[in-house]
Amino acid sequence: MKTRILGWVAFVAVAVMALVALFLVPADLNQGDAQRIMYPHVASAWLAYLSFGVTALAGIGWLWRRDIRFDSVALSGAEIGVMFTAFAIWGGMMWGRPVWGVFWQWEDPRLTTTAVLLALYAGYLLLRRLTDDPERRATRAAIVGIVAAVDIPIVHFSVEWWRGLHQTATIGSPDKILNPAAPVPFVLTLVGMVLAFTLTWTYLMIRRYQLAQADLGREESARVERIMEARAAEATR
Amino acid sequence: MTALRYEARLALAIAAKDARAEMRGRQAVVSTLFFAAVVLLLFGFALGPDRARLAEAAPGLLWLALVFAGVLAVSRLHLIETDDGALEQLALYPVPRRAIYAGKALAGLAVMAVLGLVVLGAVAVLFGTSIGSAIVPLLATLMLGVVGIAAVGTFYAGLTVRLRAREVMLPLLMLPILAPLLLGAVKATAAALAGDPFGELGAWLQLLVAFDVIMLTAGLATYGYLLEDG
Repeated sequence: MKTRILGWVAFVAVAVMALVALFLVPADLNQGDAQRIMYPHVASAWLAYLSFGVTALAGIGWLWRRDIRFDSVALSGAEIGVMFTAFAIWGGMMWGRPVWGVFWQWEDPRLTTTAVLLALYAGYLLLRRLTDDPERRATRAAIVGIVAAVDIPIVHFSVEWWRGLHQTATIGSPDKILNPAAPVPFVLTLVGMVLAFTLTWTYLMIRRYQLAQADLGREESARVERIMEARAAEATR
Repeated sequence: MTALRYEARLALAIAAKDARAEMRGRQAVVSTLFFAAVVLLLFGFALGPDRARLAEAAPGLLWLALVFAGVLAVSRLHLIETDDGALEQLALYPVPRRAIYAGKALAGLAVMAVLGLVVLGAVAVLFGTSIGSAIVPLLATLMLGVVGIAAVGTFYAGLTVRLRAREVMLPLLMLPILAPLLLGAVKATAAALAGDPFGELGAWLQLLVAFDVIMLTAGLATYGYLLEDG
């Protein structure tokens, strides 16, 4: 019941913030309406990183405590993180086309890092599907989740240097969006959007976790049933 | 004998075992060498006969060939352990897990080092890159790069060796992790070949060192969990 209320609150918050971002806040002088994409884009990117952080921490928790609930949290983080990562990349491309003139700006460290992130965690999810035994799956996934999280900062720094050492002009870098001189309505809208998205994220995480636990229960009862059937077959023989 | 020396000896023994198997069966080096050569040839076809363009792309092609061949090499080194339950035997030895990882990584490194030297020579011949004047920084880059590939590859090969779809899963998991290594190694190679006009070579080598240290640490710390999961 509480989760359901949270879901509705999150839904209303996102709907309200969408209306604010689309109609109430003035458009950016230089970028025009395209700049409005920034609000959900930044919020998604933040939640992608949060999700993968949760996945890595839950992985450590599993290796340390061997409590399968940690693995359900890790799975929820990875799956929801991949969703928000894809959404962030899509938003970045939609924004990049009118502002940069191209969908894909190779010199933007964030965009490139995010693409690597998507590949890393898509691999994580695929690996999970290939292992049937829950404990084995949890261990393998935990290790991959931890190493992937360790790799994220290295990817980010390397891409940043890649651009930095090359001394290319940064055109319309999103760095400048949240500088202190940014107009107050823009900042408030962004903060509101991040909060609304985070509420949604919390709701999704709870639901996905419940689903993962239910899945584990179903797997377990299927296994018990198989064993019982095998025993019954043996008894009748 | 200190614990560290003991573990180093264990690692060497495992690497020597792999080297012997390699000498007798020649599974990893020769086949992956041919693979790397074919990849280089195909890159040449894909980019056309323009010499200047090939020379410009040479650092990238060198490292792509090495990374692809590296996936094959580490995979072969772990596949020899799946025969006759060898991996289970290895896991049963009452020795620290990190020594087993170090041994397998050392074997991978040996294969990758041979591969790296040959591919570097092949790139110089095929794409007309003059490597003579820049040989020291090139070898340093090569060394740091193959250490990283061996460290990451050994870890992921150990993870995927028992999976049904390991041929797909190994590159899928390993290649994105190697993204920063590829970037740094290509940049360092390009800088070394150009005589380091912007003084950036040192920074890229530092990045490679950091990558190697972090990934080796991760491998040493977590490889034991992979062996345990049976």
